[in-house]
Amino acid sequence: MAKYVGQRIKRTEDPRLIQGLGHYVDDIKLPDTLHVAFLRSMYAHAKIKSIDTSEAAHAPGVVAVYTGKDVAGKIGPVPCAAALPGLKIPHYPVLAGDHVTFVGHPIAAVVAIDKYAARDAIDLIMVDYEELPVVVDVEEAAKGGPLVYEEYGDNIAYKLTSGEGDIEAALAASDHVIKQRIVHQRLIPIAMEPRGVLARYYPGEKELTIWTSTQIPHLARTQLAIMLGVPENKVRVIAPEVGGGFGSKLNVYAEEGLVGWIAMQLGKPVKWIEGRRENFQSTIHGRGQIGYIEVGCKNDGTITGLRYNVFADMGAYLQLLTPAIPTLTGLMLSGCYKIPAIQMNVTAVFTNKMSTDAYRGAGRPEATQVIERAADLVAAELGMDPVEVRRKNFPEPTEFPFKTATGLFYDSGNYQGALDKALGMADYTKMREDQKKAREQGRIFGIGVSTYVEICAIGPSAATPAGGWESATVRIEPTGKVTILTGASPHGQGQETSFAQLAGDELGVDLNDVTVIHGDTSIVQYGIGTFGSRGTAVGGTAVFNALQKLKEKATQLAAHLLGVDASSVTFKEGRFSVEAAMAAAGGNGDSAKEASAPKTVSIQEVALAAHVAHQIPPGFEPGLSATNFFEPSNFTFPFGTHIVQVEIDRETGKIDIQRYVAVDDCGNVLNPMLVDGQVHGGIVQSIGQALYEEAVYDEQGQLVTGTLMDYAIPKAAMVPWMELDRTETPSPVNPMGVKGVGEAGTIGATPAIVGAIVDALSPFGVRHLDMPIKPEVVWRIISASA
Amino acid sequence: MKKPITVTVNGVAHHDEVEPRLLLVHYIRDVLGLTGTHVGCETSICGACTVILEGQAAKSCTMFAVQADGESVTTIEGMAASGDLHPVQEGFWEQHGLQCGYCTPGMIMAAAQILDRNPDPTDAEIRHGLEGNLCRCTGYQHIVEAVQNAARKMKGQEATGD
Ligand code: FES
Ligand code: FES
Repeated sequence: MAKYVGQRIKRTEDPRLIQGLGHYVDDIKLPDTLHVAFLRSMYAHAKIKSIDTSEAAHAPGVVAVYTGKDVAGKIGPVPCAAALPGLKIPHYPVLAGDHVTFVGHPIAAVVAIDKYAARDAIDLIMVDYEELPVVVDVEEAAKGGPLVYEEYGDNIAYKLTSGEGDIEAALAASDHVIKQRIVHQRLIPIAMEPRGVLARYYPGEKELTIWTSTQIPHLARTQLAIMLGVPENKVRVIAPEVGGGFGSKLNVYAEEGLVGWIAMQLGKPVKWIEGRRENFQSTIHGRGQIGYIEVGCKNDGTITGLRYNVFADMGAYLQLLTPAIPTLTGLMLSGCYKIPAIQMNVTAVFTNKMSTDAYRGAGRPEATQVIERAADLVAAELGMDPVEVRRKNFPEPTEFPFKTATGLFYDSGNYQGALDKALGMADYTKMREDQKKAREQGRIFGIGVSTYVEICAIGPSAATPAGGWESATVRIEPTGKVTILTGASPHGQGQETSFAQLAGDELGVDLNDVTVIHGDTSIVQYGIGTFGSRGTAVGGTAVFNALQKLKEKATQLAAHLLGVDASSVTFKEGRFSVEAAMAAAGGNGDSAKEASAPKTVSIQEVALAAHVAHQIPPGFEPGLSATNFFEPSNFTFPFGTHIVQVEIDRETGKIDIQRYVAVDDCGNVLNPMLVDGQVHGGIVQSIGQALYEEAVYDEQGQLVTGTLMDYAIPKAAMVPWMELDRTETPSPVNPMGVKGVGEAGTIGATPAIVGAIVDALSPFGVRHLDMPIKPEVVWRIISASA
Repeated sequence: MKKPITVTVNGVAHHDEVEPRLLLVHYIRDVLGLTGTHVGCETSICGACTVILEGQAAKSCTMFAVQADGESVTTIEGMAASGDLHPVQEGFWEQHGLQCGYCTPGMIMAAAQILDRNPDPTDAEIRHGLEGNLCRCTGYQHIVEAVQNAARKMKGQEATGD
């Protein structure tokens, strides 16, 4: 067993974090820093007739005020990197010009000597608005409704049909076709650290440094260089400690460009820290689909076809990946089932709201919800156990790589194995018996099962907008310390530890001798970043490959130092040795050399020798480092089974999750403790979606759930104890056999929770409920029958 | 009009002149430079700014620095003597009670208060005691285990201490 890999290793990043010694953006203090506050649109749709900033400009402490006019033509638009046929991309100015299309778009920036002065001055800006008709409802917007952009003539961003197989024929030949409307409500990511940007410009060096709370420092650097017209090699982006992202920081935002530009104008460091209210209004939202399911099945439970017609809410503008999210839904509609015909028809729609984009799961929770609800609907229609419907449609473990009608090849899987393990842990048979008894006693008791598969390790470059590879450099310093530079940008996932574990085992060095550096574009070679559960499966593989290359190089030098051929050197626990037999037999016969040669040399000694370079073989490049850019050949497809037991209070409609059992398979595991943490966090965000969270805009386009008082993210006492276990089906896509786990919980959990509640309420004739399922909804159903 | 205040933070008395509207959390972070205390909402909901004020956990975004005049504050940086860890900090490390770490200082302060009031809490009591602290990363389970871990350690310390 390896010393580090596979073990529950305590995180190396924790000592600084538990002592309050980490540095998030706002913890970085530069002398003479100026502070920015934004005036944001208070209307969802309006013409701006005039802006008067004169009073604000003269307020105490104010240094400068900028509006859309000041930056027009000087800062490029907020970028959208997605490309789809016929996609309309509205020009998204960093400061609005004369047209605002959502509440929260920055209109003016005030720069002052401190944040209090900046915020005070915001109130002194006069904006003369002319309100325009607002469209909030996605289906109304699709039909026509008021137009977000007159020039387009409609509100359709794009339409897309995807999938394979003859869906018409499949549905026509089915014994049953079940239809269901389904709502995936808009969610707000709420990383606990809001966004923040600090920028500094050195006019002599012409160097712009931007510290920003981002998941993608290199991609942000490229985009910010383009926005600002600064050569990319003069822009340094640093993602310091990042306090959570969940996709919301997988983006390039207006404020990042603006704060950088202001620093260049004023020649002083400039900082903006997002307030929580701004975070609600102006950081991307997630989900936001309303769809129509048609699922066909045979009398024995075989699923024959699935159609999903969906209206996807883009919001007013397209952020980095906004239009791409529904395409991920389309890819994953087959779930873990053999379905010969699948079709998705997307209508992507502009509304007067904040943009949607990637929020933990990004399109796949929607797909899982669709297919898992469909499986439950089939079970209800046929009077089958939901577990049996699933089993009936699973591919066998021998059928992998498994081709879906959505065009994917699932890498590996054993869906039966995870299901069986979860059923065993839950004692499903007894659970059903308990349910029977509970119902006899008049209690409202339900069980939900979700067998999910998700798409991870995003992804092969051909399938991603800006490269899907990842990079790593590993080097051993002259003193023997190991430095890893990763293009991934972890922000809580713990890869400073898990990557160090890899190096510890591969190089036979102590974990504490390894340091992992990420997030600084001037230090780290170009990388893609952390999102789409790719950190370990793609970024970790690059580290692993670089380690192999490094060992090869070190072996060359070690052999030279040992005076033998590289093929006779073995490497174990940090030492290169000449095989005993070789040494005893006199090696290659050069006995004088062998007599003086040491029989073993440590990797640290090799590192020193590589740098001193007094004794290197011909053609050996001094130094000891290796770089790998890993391009994955496929995605990975983690899967699992979640089982939920709920009991509902008849008087209040309160939903009590009594048991939560999850068996997840994310391939091989580097650090089980970190995997558990990822699964816990994902499940709880899903509980948030299933029971509590919803971004609500009123018909004027005002965000009603705009504070933590109105938008309920789960608290400690609102979530159950989670019983976790794993199966491990290695992925063939990378040499470590890992798959990724960052989003599994979020993707697998909602259908199990919704399924359990629907099951509990099935005696009341309920077959489907949309999220969030609030006690009020449940109570109305119960009282209507009383 | 600035006001003179004296606040003892982590055992050190600080004398400063501050605007009456300066929030305590901004005093701690921006005037004293102790940035371990975080800001997640400024509306007294998230608990990222929790400090111990005169022995009580308090949300430092919800009070003015002038209200802490003459009082003593412990922040995350003052939880343990330099170089050491408080048992609650150890608990969070051992049980993976943090991911991004942003909520963590506030969580640790709140957890310390829970154990101060109740050295032997049930899981439910811990969850209840953390109602004022939001974490978006961990799902709370490892945090509950971290607090239990700390409780065990602190009981052990007391047992051997006397
Ligand atoms: S910042 Fe004080 S409670 Fe959120
Ligand atoms: S660890 Fe990230 S918010 Fe708690």
